[in-house]
Amino acid sequence: MGTAHGSPHIHVNNEMAGGFVGTASEAEGAIQEFLEIAFVPEFHTMLVVLSTLILGAAAGMIGTFLLLRKQSLMGDALSHATLPGIGIAFMVMVAFGGSGKNMPGLLIGAAVFGLVGAGSVLFITRNTRLKSDAALGIVLSVYFGLGVALLGIIQQMPTGSAAGLNSFIYGKPSTVIIEDLYLIAGVALAVTIVCTLLFKELALLCFDECFASAQGWPITRLDASMLALATAVLVIGLQAVGLILVIAMLIIPPAAARFWTEKLKPMMIGSAVIGALSGWFGAVISAMATSLPAGAVIVLMATTIFLFSMIFGSSRGILKQAMGQYRLRRKIGHQHLLRACYESLESRIESVADEVFLSKGSSVTFDSLLSKRSWSPKQLRRLIQRSTKSGDVTSHPSTENEIRLTSQGLREGARLVRNHRLWEIYLITHADIAPSHVDRDADQIEHVLDSDLIERLEQLLDTHGAAKSVPASPHELNGGAVS
Amino acid sequence: MAKIDSDKEDVPVQLNASSLAPAPDMSRRIATGDEHPVCPLSIHDMTVAYHRKPVLWDIDLDMPEGKLIGIVGPNGAGKSTLIKACLDLIPKASGLVSYYGKPYSKQRGLVGYVPQRESVDWDFPVSALDVVAMGRYGKIGWCRPVSKAHKKAAFDALDRVGLADYAKRQISQLSGGQQQRVFLARALAQEAKVYFMDEPFAAVDAATEKAIVQILHDLKSTGRTTLVVHHDLQTVREYFDWVVLLNMRIVAAGPVEEVFSQENLQKTYGGKLTLLDQAAQAMAGIKQ
Repeated sequence: MGTAHGSPHIHVNNEMAGGFVGTASEAEGAIQEFLEIAFVPEFHTMLVVLSTLILGAAAGMIGTFLLLRKQSLMGDALSHATLPGIGIAFMVMVAFGGSGKNMPGLLIGAAVFGLVGAGSVLFITRNTRLKSDAALGIVLSVYFGLGVALLGIIQQMPTGSAAGLNSFIYGKPSTVIIEDLYLIAGVALAVTIVCTLLFKELALLCFDECFASAQGWPITRLDASMLALATAVLVIGLQAVGLILVIAMLIIPPAAARFWTEKLKPMMIGSAVIGALSGWFGAVISAMATSLPAGAVIVLMATTIFLFSMIFGSSRGILKQAMGQYRLRRKIGHQHLLRACYESLESRIESVADEVFLSKGSSVTFDSLLSKRSWSPKQLRRLIQRSTKSGDVTSHPSTENEIRLTSQGLREGARLVRNHRLWEIYLITHADIAPSHVDRDADQIEHVLDSDLIERLEQLLDTHGAAKSVPASPHELNGGAVS
Repeated sequence: MAKIDSDKEDVPVQLNASSLAPAPDMSRRIATGDEHPVCPLSIHDMTVAYHRKPVLWDIDLDMPEGKLIGIVGPNGAGKSTLIKACLDLIPKASGLVSYYGKPYSKQRGLVGYVPQRESVDWDFPVSALDVVAMGRYGKIGWCRPVSKAHKKAAFDALDRVGLADYAKRQISQLSGGQQQRVFLARALAQEAKVYFMDEPFAAVDAATEKAIVQILHDLKSTGRTTLVVHHDLQTVREYFDWVVLLNMRIVAAGPVEEVFSQENLQKTYGGKLTLLDQAAQAMAGIKQ
């Protein structure tokens, strides 16, 4: 770097530093604002935040059962079907001389049409040979189209232009008033009570409908109450999140919660918590940046939690599963190494407790091990390092080219070779598989044979007399190749 | 016996009158006579249809008490349908089913059910014990949680099928055979008198097969009546006292040694009743 270029560099650096200072203080301010709105908001903001929080919790709870009943998309058809209901309710109220902007009236219209939509899906699937995906697609688009058309007509009406019915499509939480909060809290309370009282009934319905029905549970009525609650949640969510995105509140929280648990109750509670957090943070963030539509922010919050759960979930997260795979691969590599060592030394080993052999320290060379399997020198070196740490092998400190089994490694190696060969012999004698074919199978099985299976193999092959000795390989170990 | 299956295609379509007429009646209504005036399961003139297409015609059956009964027939013979119709899971086009003389809706507590393993999603977030406890739900009733006593009963049932150590395990982490045993344990937890099992031996390991056979014998020795949809003709003689040979109608039903004959098997698996099938298609309004 020449000095000629020095000053612009410094200049840029300064600018960047300045920028950082700026963003840092901005970020600080933003965090402060976030915390303020989150914990000590003004009255109206609090109203909005509380309503989306409660809505999220209720949606997460009932969404758990909807997801497990594989009815999530039914919720989507249902929410889209509410739009014509809103339009018709508005028109009816205007026709009877009202302003048409009466919220309970609009929501009743929405709920009625939501249920009509759900009924249409059931009608189509029961009376035609169309599958439910087609039925859902048809109902969703037809009712939504009808709704959009009705809103178009309402726009032309003298009272219609100011009605703001469009906000039901994308949601507008800032329009929430105290009565709406009471309504949301009431629905949430109903959801909580039903999900608690009918917990085992709903669980049974979702898990095994046939068995539930055979036991005499009224599955149609249980399904209906589940859908009715989902409808109630969707309808009260219309105002805040909008009918296009409200379905996300039903699906995403339970799907995220599933990554953390294998039990239903924790899943339901977790889902409610995730829903509540999404509603809370989403509302706060959109209150800070008024240009961001709240519905979208809430859904994005839920998605963030979902992605986090998908990766880090303690029960079925990707990381957890990858760890399991990784551990298994390590174990297999380790066992392959011990078996390769044992088989190389086999001719020189008298017994597993061969102290003389161990003290003499017969060793295997790195190169002879390398030819045993299709592993690269780098892989093999890493395997040897790990097995050295676990105390099964030692390698000569100066050369690192000669590997010895410790007494622990010798015993383990003998056990693995024995398991491998017992399985090979079993395949040859009991499954009529050619000796030339058995090695590859045994290579997979040897890592998973537990003591129970080994015992049964011993019984079958009648190797009791031979105590725990290692049988000779049923096939040639030619050229030192093990696999 | 495997030969019969492979013969299916070769047998020329026989439309003799005898195959359309009801099968010889001798074994159909066996008088259980001596001990019970009312039999545990009585099916009278039952016809079942899917979308108006009959899959079971005019079923008449009286099951004797305390027997192990195998239901055998080719694919599509209506074996599962028979069970489901008896449990009111699908509507009957006609006919009556009664348990100890009363309809199913009054006798649910006396009837246990093991559905096919594939009928549920084993990824569901519940443990083996939770599933078995579902067998107690009928006794627990609405809105109440599973009490300790019921949990204990569920655990005991799980123990009986040899899965006590797996009680807490999530059900997707069980092998297929273990899942089948969980279903069996759930039925045991129902403490019923009549059991329906839909292919409990399908694709299970040897240990599970042994466990199921043991349970079947236990049920028999305690006077329970058990109906099992079964696929493996080789083991019918070994496992069952009674057998129902089914192919859209009852070909024969009765004690294994009397009914399980080459001739009856030929009738069940061999000559297809094409007219029955065609009539069913016609009733469903399907143009050929």
